[in-house]
Amino acid sequence: MSPKKPEGCAFLIGEVGSEEILTPEDFTEDQRMFAQTAKDFMDREVFPHVEDLEKGDFDKLVELLKKAGEIGLLMIDIPEKYGGLQVDKTTSMIVTEYLSKYSGWATTYGAHTGIGLWPLLFFGTHEQKEKWFPKLATAEVIAAYALTEPGSGSDALAAKTKAELTEDGEHYILNGSKMWITNAGFADLFTVFAQVEGDKFTAFLVEGDREGVSTGAEEKKMGLKGSSTRQLNLENVKIPVGNLLGEVGKGHKVAFNILNMGRFKLGVGTLGGGKRTLKVAVQYALDRVQFKQPIANFGAIRSKLAQMATQLYCLESMCYRVAGYMDQSMDHLDSAADDYPEMVMKAIEEFAVEDSIMKVVGSEVMDFVADEAVQIHGGYGFSAEYEVERIYRDSRINRIFEGTNEINRMLIPGMILKRTMKGQLNLFETIQKVEMSLAKSEAPTPPPQGDDPSLEFERFMTEEAKKLVVYCANQAIQKHMADLREQQEILMDLADMIIQLYSMDSTVGRTLKLVDTQGYDSTEVHRAATLIGLSESFQIIRNRGERLLYNLAEGDKLNAHLEAFEKLTFFPRIDVISLRRIVADAVVERENYPF
Amino acid sequence: MKILTTVKRVTDPDMKVRIQPDQSGIVTEGVEYKMNSFDEYGVEEAITLKEAHGGEVVVVSIGPGAATKELRTAMAMGADRAILVETDADLDSDAVARVLAEVVGREEPDVIIMGKQAVDSDRSQTPQILGSYLNWPQATFAYKVEIEDGWAVVGREVDGGTATKRIKLPGIISADLRLNEPRYASLPGIMKAKRKPLETLTPDDLGVDIAPKVKVLNYEAPEERGAGEMVDDVDDLINRLKDEARVI
Repeated sequence: MSPKKPEGCAFLIGEVGSEEILTPEDFTEDQRMFAQTAKDFMDREVFPHVEDLEKGDFDKLVELLKKAGEIGLLMIDIPEKYGGLQVDKTTSMIVTEYLSKYSGWATTYGAHTGIGLWPLLFFGTHEQKEKWFPKLATAEVIAAYALTEPGSGSDALAAKTKAELTEDGEHYILNGSKMWITNAGFADLFTVFAQVEGDKFTAFLVEGDREGVSTGAEEKKMGLKGSSTRQLNLENVKIPVGNLLGEVGKGHKVAFNILNMGRFKLGVGTLGGGKRTLKVAVQYALDRVQFKQPIANFGAIRSKLAQMATQLYCLESMCYRVAGYMDQSMDHLDSAADDYPEMVMKAIEEFAVEDSIMKVVGSEVMDFVADEAVQIHGGYGFSAEYEVERIYRDSRINRIFEGTNEINRMLIPGMILKRTMKGQLNLFETIQKVEMSLAKSEAPTPPPQGDDPSLEFERFMTEEAKKLVVYCANQAIQKHMADLREQQEILMDLADMIIQLYSMDSTVGRTLKLVDTQGYDSTEVHRAATLIGLSESFQIIRNRGERLLYNLAEGDKLNAHLEAFEKLTFFPRIDVISLRRIVADAVVERENYPF
Repeated sequence: MKILTTVKRVTDPDMKVRIQPDQSGIVTEGVEYKMNSFDEYGVEEAITLKEAHGGEVVVVSIGPGAATKELRTAMAMGADRAILVETDADLDSDAVARVLAEVVGREEPDVIIMGKQAVDSDRSQTPQILGSYLNWPQATFAYKVEIEDGWAVVGREVDGGTATKRIKLPGIISADLRLNEPRYASLPGIMKAKRKPLETLTPDDLGVDIAPKVKVLNYEAPEERGAGEMVDDVDDLINRLKDEARVI
């Protein structure tokens, strides 16, 4: 790992592979041991009970949380001085990945150890931490996060729940209701957001056994039936001022920072779910005989398996790259300092763009993988007797919660714009490269593909894509300036381009490292997946770029843009069909995610 | 009481094993490894006995440097210290037993508890061969172990039922599936295991020649299973098991 403090959005600036990134191949012995324990826990405790959990056996769910507590799975993010482990983010995410192979449990676990616990971790006082952490670590107390309301979802700050300070200044009285609260059926401690004095958005800790706290009936959901979701009602709930979390009027800081982390965790979670789904799909394809042979022999099925594996490979490369960045940032911090939690929060905030990207990509890859897995199952995939039917239903919510994919898409270019304006992100160098390319009279000639351990072609393609993305983003900014924020359709297309670029940059970066450490010949499948990923990302970037330019200009100006566009792009001539066969062979041979 | 227990690093049984094209072994690229599951029962029993009788649990593995992961896992479960006899060679059961005999000579444990077999090679020979080298009594395939006054009373899984055997210690016990429910390597346990001592030796240090006496000629994947057939009724099934399959 380079000693340099990593910066967010580095993929827009630096050349691909110019700085070392963390890859799953770098996991340490400890991290692999943590993963093994998480895997054993799933196999021994969770999977045998899925049927009961799906029927809403929440006693079992609570029992599982306590069991997870016994073996330390709930204390990962808790600081050592409060009896926790406080391990690095990478380890925490590896465990999350393994524990996410059944969504009902993943959601329950995530709500407790993630959005349930983090507000206290980053904004709690010493007294609050001392009181709650030991109990959260054992699941004696189960946590939940209550932000959304019937009338305020994406527009979280418009919450109507009120908190009024009593005359003696000792208590707050809370009134209002919160929607879609995960773990509400059995949670003991809620992080609740409410307005103080009308519009001072503020976070509070509310114990579930306070008078006036009640929950509604279990929601009848499309999926995630193995998790509890209810409305939380607060009727004249009196809590001491000591339950205030952070500062009055600073609730947005709590809400948004926690959501950032939640998005990251969700991305990693979908990776775990996606890998499980691929395994289920390939095993079915091997068992199912039609036309006297397993359907796994057929190209139409193999091509699907290859696409699923490829998208998961790209997602995995993106996820652990960010985990590595976060750990590198935190290495620079003094964990004994008073403002340590705040500094950690800042370090995490640095990667807010990447967090949103992972949320969007993770949820969409998961949906794609789930959908194709059902397709491979044919009619049986539509039957509730098969795991894949549940996976399909469970997957859908990922694109909605933790900020809808639309909100997150708009945040991506929005945050980049903001960072650029503030001078935190210097796109100047990249823009210069674009101009240099444009000054040339011809379109670039790509280096030859294959037989090249330096992966020059892959790097070249990523750099060209980078220029194209920055060119289009620049045109959008030039045309709309600050008003760009209101141009949601444009923001969505820009987001797609940035997301695909991050995928290309991370995947090539990982494969480059792999070829370097494991050799060219033994990385054939990784290289094939990388090229497929590049080809698909590049097409999306071209497609969105073209669409944007048609909107941004017309006549001669558009002609000029299109001329520039042609100079920045080329026919990659990647034989995706043959490459998919290589990846499919690996998936079928291993009967699993092959990386 | 000093208890010596053994762990082998094996390919994860959840993964599909693939044979090298030249049949010289299995494909190890991209393969996950974990502790042999029978050894998990052995480690668990060793720790349980220590909890009941006091003493020390020493865990030994013979294998590549990466087998420290399996040793640390055993220490995360509760073993006190570990010894790795490091070698990349593929040892036969006899060589494993001779290496272990040397380790036993150094450690002088009161009892040795090991998995009855490894799930990769499935040979189920080492505990017995080791017993012969040490000239110690052995109780294999244990489903129940009790220690009293320098004796071990061991319930054993045998063909068609169970048997109880009483052996004078020091002795060797090999663990079967029903012996216990292995505990998890808890996350705090993993952190603690980092600080527990792990000694690395080589077969040379122990003066053992590990050149194999058993030679593996080649590896082959089992034949693909053919499609199943539906039988009409139980009588038909019995007839066909008799006449076609000739298994009854």
